Amino acid sequence: MSKRQLQLEVLRYDPEKDKEPHFQSYSVPCEEDWAILDALNYVKENLDTTLSYRWSCHMMVCGSCGMMINGEPVLTCKTFVRDLPDRVRVEPLENFPIERDLVVVLDDVMEKLQRAEPWIIRKDPPPEDREFTQSKASLQRFKQYTMCVNCMCCYAACPQYALDSSFIGPAVLALAHRYNIDSRDQGKSERLDILADHDGVWQCSFVGACSEVCPKGVDPAAAVQQMKVDGAIEWWKQKLPGGKK
Amino acid sequence: MSIARKSVVWGLFAAGGTLSAFLFPAIIALFLFVAAGRVPPGLEFDSAHAFVSGWLGKAVLFVVISLALWHAAHRLRVVFHDFGLRKDKAVARAVYLVAAIGTLMTAFYLYSIH
Amino acid sequence: MSRQPYVRPISRTTWYMRKGRYRRYMLREVTCLLVGFYSFLLIWALAVLATGSAERWDAFLAGQQTLTMKTVHGTALIYYLVYMTFDWFKLAPKAMAVQVGNHALPPLAIIIGHYVAWAALSLFVFWLTGVF
Repeated sequence: MSKRQLQLEVLRYDPEKDKEPHFQSYSVPCEEDWAILDALNYVKENLDTTLSYRWSCHMMVCGSCGMMINGEPVLTCKTFVRDLPDRVRVEPLENFPIERDLVVVLDDVMEKLQRAEPWIIRKDPPPEDREFTQSKASLQRFKQYTMCVNCMCCYAACPQYALDSSFIGPAVLALAHRYNIDSRDQGKSERLDILADHDGVWQCSFVGACSEVCPKGVDPAAAVQQMKVDGAIEWWKQKLPGGKK
Repeated sequence: MSIARKSVVWGLFAAGGTLSAFLFPAIIALFLFVAAGRVPPGLEFDSAHAFVSGWLGKAVLFVVISLALWHAAHRLRVVFHDFGLRKDKAVARAVYLVAAIGTLMTAFYLYSIH
Repeated sequence: MSRQPYVRPISRTTWYMRKGRYRRYMLREVTCLLVGFYSFLLIWALAVLATGSAERWDAFLAGQQTLTMKTVHGTALIYYLVYMTFDWFKLAPKAMAVQVGNHALPPLAIIIGHYVAWAALSLFVFWLTGVF
């Protein structure tokens, strides 16, 4: 049986030569079980070694291979050619500046990740001679938010981030929420001060596209809404006697 | 860095949205009944007037209308932003002003019904 | 090697037309206009009641019976149910993380709870106003 020919329309951009990105076509013979990433690897190995793109694990845990396939932000190692039409448009993740070809500039998000203070914050000292026990129920509370692989597909889908890149964004807020609801953590107040500021949580208008495209089922939209509730409650807590301000 | 006052605005928006999601279909349906010529007996002048004369009726209507107005105002602010109008401060002032005026009107009319 | 990152332009005014999920989002958001409209209609009703005149009230009710208002109320009810109430209920579980023992309460349970409460409340309002 002859292999299926896929027509890839790939957005190319060479910062040293091009003024603007442009599409380039490649015809790729595909095995039945290939992911679109395999088709790109075929292009790079056999048709055009100049094509630049990020990928690593090929098993949906590193978050490197996020791209727009026919207008949808996906992990290319998780998107199979059997589910795609014969013509496939391949573009870099939306809402990020293009570095080169399918590689985007992620500096903005890298900086924002730190603002979430993604580590256990303790006010009390840790237990001295035993480990910190956490029940199954407590783990269940925040486990889905630990599944984020930082692929940034959610930022590519978020129209509020598209309209205003000062928005902290879904993945970072979901990460902060993961720590806020971790029973070992005592830093919720501190994180909310940072993230419930005007360029944080409140810029989200609950479009929900982030959760729809998330390849790991993190559901960042839920995290953001819960953080809005937390922020609203925390604001009143701080105003009451005994609060911070 | 501190929790923005927007958290209060959002809280009112969420409360107003929940209230109007639950209650407004019934209210619109009542208007539809009236429009279809079948005025429910509770909406005839005597019973309607009696309802809004009591303190319970006043309290309920005031809470429902003012929260709904607040919800609509905040959402409209976001709608303007989403449609490309970026003058957020000016839009915010305008929509919240309309909501405030509506709230005052509600209070005034409820107060003057006995 | 010199860096020259390229920023792809997007339209501030028509971005939502590009995808079905964005169009549905905008259709949802503009239901605020219906909330505002019916809020002010209620305020108008209060103003009429405040005059103390049964004739003016009857005129207000009669004013709802034009073909225009019939269409407005009918269309509004359907649009509001689909794009406000039902959407609000679908999204409500996201804002509340309810845990029962070791498991999260399934969102469907929360959604069904909303529908039940909504049906009960609507029936109560109808009973209060003498619809049945």
